Amino acid sequence: MQFERYGKGIAKGLRVTIAHLLRHPITVQYPEQRLNTSRRIRGNELIWNNIKCTGCGTCAKTCPQGAIQIITSVNLEENKYKVEKMEVDTGYCIQCGLCVEACPYEALFMGYAYERAQYRRGDLVQSNNGLLSSAERRPSGYMHPEIAKDLPRQTLLVERINEEK
Amino acid sequence: MAIANIGFYVIKYQTSLPPDWPGGFWWHWLVFTIIIIAFILLAVMGFIWFERRGMGRMQARLGPNRAGPFGLLQPVADAIKVLLKEDIVPSRVDKIVHWLAPIVAFFPVLMVFAVVPFQNGALLADLNVGILYVIAISSISTVGVLMAGWSSNNKYSLLGGMREVAAVVSYEIPLVLSIVGVVLIAGSLSLNQIVLAQNVPFILLQPLGFLIFFIAGCAEINRSPFDLFEADSELTAGFHTEYSGMKFAMFYLTEYGEALALSAIITTLFLSGWRGPILPPWLWFVIKVFAVFFVMIWTRTTLPRVRIDQLMALSWKFLFPLALMNLFITAIEVLVWPEALPWTMILVNTAIMAILILLWSKFFKLGWGRVAV
Repeated sequence: MQFERYGKGIAKGLRVTIAHLLRHPITVQYPEQRLNTSRRIRGNELIWNNIKCTGCGTCAKTCPQGAIQIITSVNLEENKYKVEKMEVDTGYCIQCGLCVEACPYEALFMGYAYERAQYRRGDLVQSNNGLLSSAERRPSGYMHPEIAKDLPRQTLLVERINEEK
Repeated sequence: MAIANIGFYVIKYQTSLPPDWPGGFWWHWLVFTIIIIAFILLAVMGFIWFERRGMGRMQARLGPNRAGPFGLLQPVADAIKVLLKEDIVPSRVDKIVHWLAPIVAFFPVLMVFAVVPFQNGALLADLNVGILYVIAISSISTVGVLMAGWSSNNKYSLLGGMREVAAVVSYEIPLVLSIVGVVLIAGSLSLNQIVLAQNVPFILLQPLGFLIFFIAGCAEINRSPFDLFEADSELTAGFHTEYSGMKFAMFYLTEYGEALALSAIITTLFLSGWRGPILPPWLWFVIKVFAVFFVMIWTRTTLPRVRIDQLMALSWKFLFPLALMNLFITAIEVLVWPEALPWTMILVNTAIMAILILLWSKFFKLGWGRVAV
């Protein structure tokens, strides 16, 4: 004898909703509460290491958007290129990470930050010293496990996030 | 809040006074009108907050939490927003009817509370035909909804209005029949007398009646899963598609006011109204009203909307026969065992409810059994 049609389904549904009433809500109130992102996030910006960089221009060639511009001059004394200008238009960047993967000298990193929106398009262009690593501009662990292991663990939504305010 | 406090203060002293209150009719009328309006507006705001917050939590969200502590001021913010909005009247509508409809829909909701006792004898008018008055008045809202649907000159609105009328006409019958069972046991139509008769809450003596009344009531006041009349996914917003600004606010107020009225009537008829230990009676009344409304939120969050044929079939093929049988059985019980112990009656009636629902579910079919339920 089947009891499905005598309200068993309704009772089941009611149990599900009441169980959800008692569980912890999943909402994150973004500006006040932040989750730790993935350690291997491909963030909004590029981090450049100007000491390791040899100015080979592989990053510029591999960029599908043509967002990287690199201008070099010949430095005959040290027998290597000197980087005159390294400029990334992050407005064109699609965070594919190909430049980071392509760089033969591990001089490029994806950024760890994700809040890099600007009011003007011109502000999105980062160049030379503006591309260097700093306290606000941390490199992410993308392609670089040695960086990833020092970054904080990613928060999962199933973990309890307490309501502020 | 101050007004409500004065009101309850007055109620407190009114219980020790004779029914024909010194100070006269107009004083009584004024105080209770103010209490009722304040109660409805505050409780409706509470309901809106409670529903949005409760539904949010049941869906693993937070619900409104920005305006005020715990989002308590969200209904106030909503009210201000709606008041400041432009009142758009489409050019081809029937202007007078379009303007009258929200008022016709809203005022019966206010009038229902005239006979709802907040405490022993604390009500605007202790009519000896109280429950009959409630049924008669609450049906007028339907006219307002149909007026809105008709005058909007919009096929969705008209469909919504028509569905409302069809549903109310169908569900009024089981609703009234389940009330009759209560009236038979209480032996009075006055809501105050019905509360006084409930030494055992009638939900225990009339479990089937309560179930039928709850379902039929939810269907009548346009609560999900029976919210076919403003089904957002099929009729945009049903009868209030063409309403905006204050007129829309009136419909919104009507919706929650009706939910409040239904909760209050269920509390009075089945949950022994203001009676309860320790706490003051009016607080018991409010607690019970909110408890009933919580069940409505719970079912709304859980159940998906029914189709129109399912709605009609549920009323005519399921609730109506069960309500008739419930009335018949209750009448026999009242005739045969007028002095029966309540506990035997509770056991017998619960058993009868279980058997009847199981049996009748077996017969319940849609479209001569060709359509799956």
